[in-house]
Amino acid sequence: MSSDPHQYVISGLGGEVFENTEVKVSHCYQCGKCSAGCPLSEEMDYPPSMIMRMLQTGNPELEEKVLRSFSIWVCLTCEMCYARCPMSIDIPKMMDFLREKAIEEKKANPKAKQIISFHKSFLDSVKYTGKMYEIGFYADYKTRTLKILDDMLLVPPMIKRGKLSIIPELIKDRSGIASIFRKTIKKNKT
Amino acid sequence: MAKIGVFICHCGENISATVDCAKVAEVVGKYDGVAISLDYKYMCSDPGQNLIKKAIVEKGLTGVVVASCSPRMHEPTFRKACAEAGLNPYMCEMANLREHCSWVHEKGEATTQKAIDLVRTIVEKVKHNQSLDAIKVPVTKTALVIGGGIAGIQASLDIANSGHKVILIEKDPSIGGHMSQLSETFPTLDCSQCILTPRMVEVAQHPNITLYTYAELESIDGFIGNFKVKIRKKAKSIDEKICTGCGLCTTKCPNKKNPSEFNEGLGNRTAIYVPFPQAVPNKPVIDKALCTYYTKGKCKICEKFCPAHAIRFDQEDEIIEVPVGAIVLATGFAVKKTDFFPEYGYGRHPDIITGLQFERLASASGPTLGEIRRPSDGKIPETIVFVACAGSRDEAKGIPYCSKICCMYTAKHAMLYQHKVHGGKSYVFYMDIRAGGKMYDEFVRRAIEEDGVNYIRGRVSRVYEKNGKLIVKGADTLLGAMPVEIEADMVVLATAGVANEGAEELAQKLHVSYDPYHFFAEAHPKLKPVETNTAGIFLAGACQAPRDIPESVAMASGAAAKVAGLFSQDELTREPLIAVVNRQAPPVFSSCVGCFLCMSACPYHAIEKEEIKNRQGEVLKTVAKVNPGLCQGCGTCVAFCRTKSIDIQGYTHEEVYSEVMALLND
Amino acid sequence: MTLGFYPGCSLKGSSREYAESVLAVVKAFNIQIQEIDDWNCCGATAAHSLNKELSLALPARVLSLAEKQGLKEIVVPCAACYARLSMTQHELLKNPELKTRIAEINNLEYNGTVSILNVIQMLDRYVTPNLESRVVKPFGHKVACYYGCYLVRPHEILNFDRVEEPLSMDTLMAKTGATPIDWAFKTECCGASLSISRTSSVGRLSGKIVGDASDRGAEAIIVACPMCQSNLDMRRKEINSYLGKRIDIPVLYITQAIGLAIGLDRKALGLQRHFVKVKV
Repeated sequence: MSSDPHQYVISGLGGEVFENTEVKVSHCYQCGKCSAGCPLSEEMDYPPSMIMRMLQTGNPELEEKVLRSFSIWVCLTCEMCYARCPMSIDIPKMMDFLREKAIEEKKANPKAKQIISFHKSFLDSVKYTGKMYEIGFYADYKTRTLKILDDMLLVPPMIKRGKLSIIPELIKDRSGIASIFRKTIKKNKT
Repeated sequence: MAKIGVFICHCGENISATVDCAKVAEVVGKYDGVAISLDYKYMCSDPGQNLIKKAIVEKGLTGVVVASCSPRMHEPTFRKACAEAGLNPYMCEMANLREHCSWVHEKGEATTQKAIDLVRTIVEKVKHNQSLDAIKVPVTKTALVIGGGIAGIQASLDIANSGHKVILIEKDPSIGGHMSQLSETFPTLDCSQCILTPRMVEVAQHPNITLYTYAELESIDGFIGNFKVKIRKKAKSIDEKICTGCGLCTTKCPNKKNPSEFNEGLGNRTAIYVPFPQAVPNKPVIDKALCTYYTKGKCKICEKFCPAHAIRFDQEDEIIEVPVGAIVLATGFAVKKTDFFPEYGYGRHPDIITGLQFERLASASGPTLGEIRRPSDGKIPETIVFVACAGSRDEAKGIPYCSKICCMYTAKHAMLYQHKVHGGKSYVFYMDIRAGGKMYDEFVRRAIEEDGVNYIRGRVSRVYEKNGKLIVKGADTLLGAMPVEIEADMVVLATAGVANEGAEELAQKLHVSYDPYHFFAEAHPKLKPVETNTAGIFLAGACQAPRDIPESVAMASGAAAKVAGLFSQDELTREPLIAVVNRQAPPVFSSCVGCFLCMSACPYHAIEKEEIKNRQGEVLKTVAKVNPGLCQGCGTCVAFCRTKSIDIQGYTHEEVYSEVMALLND
Repeated sequence: MTLGFYPGCSLKGSSREYAESVLAVVKAFNIQIQEIDDWNCCGATAAHSLNKELSLALPARVLSLAEKQGLKEIVVPCAACYARLSMTQHELLKNPELKTRIAEINNLEYNGTVSILNVIQMLDRYVTPNLESRVVKPFGHKVACYYGCYLVRPHEILNFDRVEEPLSMDTLMAKTGATPIDWAFKTECCGASLSISRTSSVGRLSGKIVGDASDRGAEAIIVACPMCQSNLDMRRKEINSYLGKRIDIPVLYITQAIGLAIGLDRKALGLQRHFVKVKV
C-alpha cells in the first residue's frame, strides 16, 4: 500500500471505516454531543458515541455487535451529529458504510427487517421504473414485511386526494437504469 | 601563514561510534596550514579545553577548529577557552560532526570521509577569518509594561522594587484587568478585589512607576536596551491634574444606558464614567463614541456641574515618545461571547451567559450586588447548568486547545451558586476535569462531595428556551451516552479563552512571533517561557496562553527578573556578526555605488546614507552605512547588493566561498 | 435563461401539490422552467443506506442529463433530493477517480457544471425582488417555518443559510405578510424515511415539532420538503396520539403560502390535497 509513514493505521472494522469513509474513529474523544443531539438515540441499542467507542477498542466482539446493532438502521442520516461534532467526524457517512457492510455480511439486526425491506422495496421500484412508484412500492413492501394492515387506512384518502398514481410513470431509458443497478448493487441481491 | 589547530571530539561515543576520529585527525593534520590535529574523548571537558589552550600558546595558533557537536551547544564554550588563551574568539569555529554526521549515518568509511570533508571546509574558512570585537551598546534602564492586569501589575511592581523605572500603559481607563471583575478566586475562595486592589494602589503610588491609563502603544523602534516607543495617550477629555474624582459628573450625565464593559454588559454605565468604584486612577473619562456632545454636538452637562472645572472637550490624543530598555507584554486575553454558539442560540437568550458574566453576578460590586439573579427577569435560578469546554477543545469551531482555567472556575461558580442559593440545583456538563495545581483537585472534589454539584460527563448538544425555561440537551457518557434533558433557569457557558482583539497587530508591531490563535509565542516552550524571540521583549500572563492568576503572577515575576537582570549591566555586549559596507582607498572610497537597494530591503531599518566629504566639506560620494546598533545580521542586504559591497562579519563572501571551494576542490 | 426543474418522485406522487404550487408560483412570476427530460429517482435514503456507488450514480445521472439538455441551473424543490444531488456533486468534484467510475457506470459524461438550487434559493433569486409588490392577500398568520434536515445539513456542502436556527424562510414569509415565530424545532428531524417502516418513531419526532409550533401559537407550519410535509400532515393521527391532544395546524409548502399571498387559486396550489384541512 502507501509508503507514507504517517498513514492512519488501525486494524479491524475501524480501519475499514477509515479506508471507505476517511472517518478516523480515534479522532472521537467521547464527548457524547452526537448522542445528546441524536433524535433517535433513545431508540438505539448503542447511541452514536458508543458505536464510536466500540470501534475504537478494535475488539472483534464489540465490532461484531456494531454490525449487528439496531442503531445503524434506525439512524436517519439527519446529519445533526455531524453538524455539531466538535471534531467534525462524519458519523452519517460511517453509518452508511456500516449498513452496507452489515448487509454484505448478512449481519443486519433482525429488528431492522422492516427498515431494510423499506429500502429494498424502494430501490426495486427505482430499478424497474426509474422512479419511486408509490403503489407498487407499497405493495412490494407489504409483501416483504407482511404488514398488510398497517397504513392501509391511509390509502383511500390518499387516492381521494390524488396523492397516489395508479399507473406508474416509467422512465424511457429503462435499460440504462437497469445497467446502473447491475454495475453497483448487483452483489447484494435486492 | 596560517597556523590552524584542529581538535576532534569523540563526544563519548556519540561521534566515535560511527566516525574514525583518529583517522580524521590524522588526515586533517596533513593539510596546509594545520599546525596541530588531535582527537580526544570530551573536548568540552576541562582537560579538553586545556588541550586547546595549551596548543594556542605553544604552537602560536592563528585559528582553531573544534570538530564536535552543534555550535548551538558549545560554540560559546570553545570561543571563551580560545579568548582565555589569547586568541580572538572569532578565530575559533566548529565543525558539526555529531548532528550533521555521526548521528545520521551508519558506521563506515564514507561516514569518516564525510567527517573529514566537514572539517576541511571549516579549516579553509578559518584561514580567512578575521578578528572581531564584540559590540557594546548602552542600556536604557526603564521598562515598558504593556497591559495593566494582574500580570502587568506584578511585573511593574517587581521591576520597580528592584530599583528601576517602569512605564505601565493600560488601554482601559483603569488598571486591574479581568481579575478586578472576578468575584472569588479558586481554590481558596478569597475575594479577588480584596487581594488585587492593594496592588493597584501600590502601582499608583510607587515612585518608580509612571502609569498611563487609556493609553496604547503607537509604534516602536530600536532594539534591546535601546527601544524608542511612542505611546498614544487617548484623550480622556478631563484635566486629570485638576479633577478631584468626586464623581458628580457621572451622576449627572444623561447618557446612562450604555452596556458596562466592567459588568460584561449586565449593567449600564454613563458616557462619562469610572469603570468601577475601586478604579485606579479613580478619575473619569469621556467615552467619545457615546458622549452626546461628541456625537450630536450638544449637552456638556458634565462641564456645567463639574465643581473643579476639569472637563476638557477640546482635549486631543497625545503622543509621547520614551526611550526604554526592555518591554514586558502583559496584554491578557478575552473570552468568546455567547453569540459564538449556534447550538446555544447565537447569544439571543439573556439567561445564557458566559463565565465572566457569572463572575459579575456573584460579585458584591456587580449589578445584583452579589446575588445570583438571572438577567431576563431578576429571578433567582432554582436550577442552573454550567457547560464546560464551550468552544474550547472544539476543532470545528477553530479552537482545538484547552482553555485551562474553565474547569476550576466552573467548579468555583457551581460552589458559589450552592453557597448563595440554598436548595438550588446545579449541574456541570464536562468532558474531563483538568484540575492540575496545588489544592485544585481537592477544590473540585469539594464542589461535588460537599456542595452537591451534579457533574455529568458529556457535551451539551443544544440549549433552547421554552416556557421561560432553558432546555439543556446533553448525554451522560458514563451511563452509555444516555440522553439527559434538564430544564434550567440559567445556563453558564465556560466560553473559550482567546487572544485579545488586536493581539496579532501588536505582535507584528513588536516583531514578536505568535501562534495560530494569536497568542504570543515564547522563545522556548520549556527553557525560555517568558522570553520572546525578540531580544528585550518578555511575556507575562494570558497573552501567551490561557493562564490562571497564580501562573500569571509567576510569569510576571519571571519576566521582571529577566528585565532586572538585563538592567543590572550598564552595557550590553552583542555578537559582532553584523553587516558592513566595505571601505576602500580614495578615490573609490567604497565599491558601493549608492543605489540603496539595501536600504529598502533591510527589515530593521538599519541602513543609512553616509556622505563622504573632502577636506573642504564637499560631498564626493554617498554610500550605504550600516548602523551596528540596529543590524541583526540577517544578510538580506548582502543578497540584494549588486556590487557585492556588503559583507556579514564572520560570514564574509571570502569566508563562505573558501568553505564551498574546499568541498568542491576535493 | 431557462431554469431546469427536477421534481423528484414525491412531487409526482404523494406530494404533487408541492409541484403544482412551485409551477404556479413560477408561472405567476414569468420564470422560464423546463423539467429535466427522462429524469430518475435520486435514490434517497434507501440508496445510500445500501450501496454507496448507487447512491452517487443515480443523482449523477440526473445531473448529467441536465448538462446534456443545456441547463445551467436547476431547482430541486424536494430538500432530500437537493441534498443528495448536492452531496453527489461535491463528492464527484472532490474525487476525479470516483467521477470517472460513476461516469462509466452511468455511461454518461459528468462535468459538474450545473448549479443546484433549493426552492428557497430559487425564490430568493427570481421571486423575492418582486414579491412584496405582488402580495394581494397578505398571509396574516403566525407561522412556524420548519426547515428540517436537508436544507441546511450537511452544512459544509450545502452552505445554505445558517446551520442552527436558519432564517431564510422566515424572511421570505415575512414578505408575504406572515409573522414568523421564534421556535425551537426548526431543524430537528421529522423522522423522514422511517415514516412507513417505523411509524412510531415518526409520531414521536414529528410530534415534538408540531407540539412546539402549537405551544408557541403558530397557525401554520411552513415547509420546503415533501417528506417533512407528509410526516407532519399525513401522520397527524400518530402525532396527536403521541401528544395526547388534537392539533390541527395545517402544514403548507412555502410555495403554497406565497401563492395564497399573491392571490393564486387554492385549487391550483393543491391545498385540497392536504390531510389536515388548510383553513388559513
